[in-house]
Amino acid sequence: MSAKFQPGDSVRVRLGAPPGHFRTPTYIQGKTGSVVARHGAFRNPESLAYGGDGLPKQFLYLIRFDQPQLCNQYTVSPQDTLFIDIYEHWLEPAGC
Amino acid sequence: MHEHEHDEHAPITDRDELTYYEKRVYAIQSLLIEKGLMTADEVRRAVEDMDARTPALGAKVVARAWVDPAFKARLLTDAKAAVTELGIDTGTLSTLVAIENTEKLHNVVVCTLCSCYPRPILGVPPDWYKSLNYRSRVVVDPRGVLKEFGLELEQEIEVRVYDSTADIRYLVIPARPAGTEGLSEEDLARLVTRDSMIGVAKARMPDQY
Repeated sequence: MSAKFQPGDSVRVRLGAPPGHFRTPTYIQGKTGSVVARHGAFRNPESLAYGGDGLPKQFLYLIRFDQPQLCNQYTVSPQDTLFIDIYEHWLEPAGC
Repeated sequence: MHEHEHDEHAPITDRDELTYYEKRVYAIQSLLIEKGLMTADEVRRAVEDMDARTPALGAKVVARAWVDPAFKARLLTDAKAAVTELGIDTGTLSTLVAIENTEKLHNVVVCTLCSCYPRPILGVPPDWYKSLNYRSRVVVDPRGVLKEFGLELEQEIEVRVYDSTADIRYLVIPARPAGTEGLSEEDLARLVTRDSMIGVAKARMPDQY
């Protein structure tokens, strides 16, 4: 299993609301950020929540977003950021 | 001053109705005990163990990081291993990541989806940490929320919110207060509060005991 993304990559969080349990908050869906680090691979909580084995494991990434990109009214301190953990299957490469 | 007169306070009563989730938890627990999968004593011991864990454990870790740069480096690389070095049982803790507050960077932790929290080293989270108010607002208006906690940060400092959505638990290492050079590790640990390890406050100053 090889990881799709590397630190520094620009990524977009997918849109979606699959039935059941998922760990990608809607406020971050559709937003573009960059990969800070890869935490490792973990069992998929969307399967674990219903007694599944969580396999195949999913890479989990720490993703950085600039606050002004999340909300265009966020202008006072433009260097402020939001870091969030997102599983690989919720990420797609952000087009350039 | 409050004089403790036993006939003054409102009578202590149980609520009549359990909530939906309380009922569900009791139903599942009764079934598991009835089927012999666990015992009531095991449940009680697990609750007791959880209640015995307090932010004092995290404070010990932070104080060691303040006095021992090599330990801090290990804590920032592999926090769980570093915590274990201090003889702290990390219990059910998954992956722990320590994040350091500095003069230029202030980290604050939230779990917008539920209440993910490094319980084995900080104990049970405060009620506000689980509130919809904190969870929904700190990600969009961190400075406004911090101000409500009494913490106003200069514009130049980066405020970095960590949304702990998955398998990682975050521990904030607050900045060591100025003027604490002469303090022992034990005294330093008393400056490290729960809120400072979540990131809604700074560590106490020595005169704030």
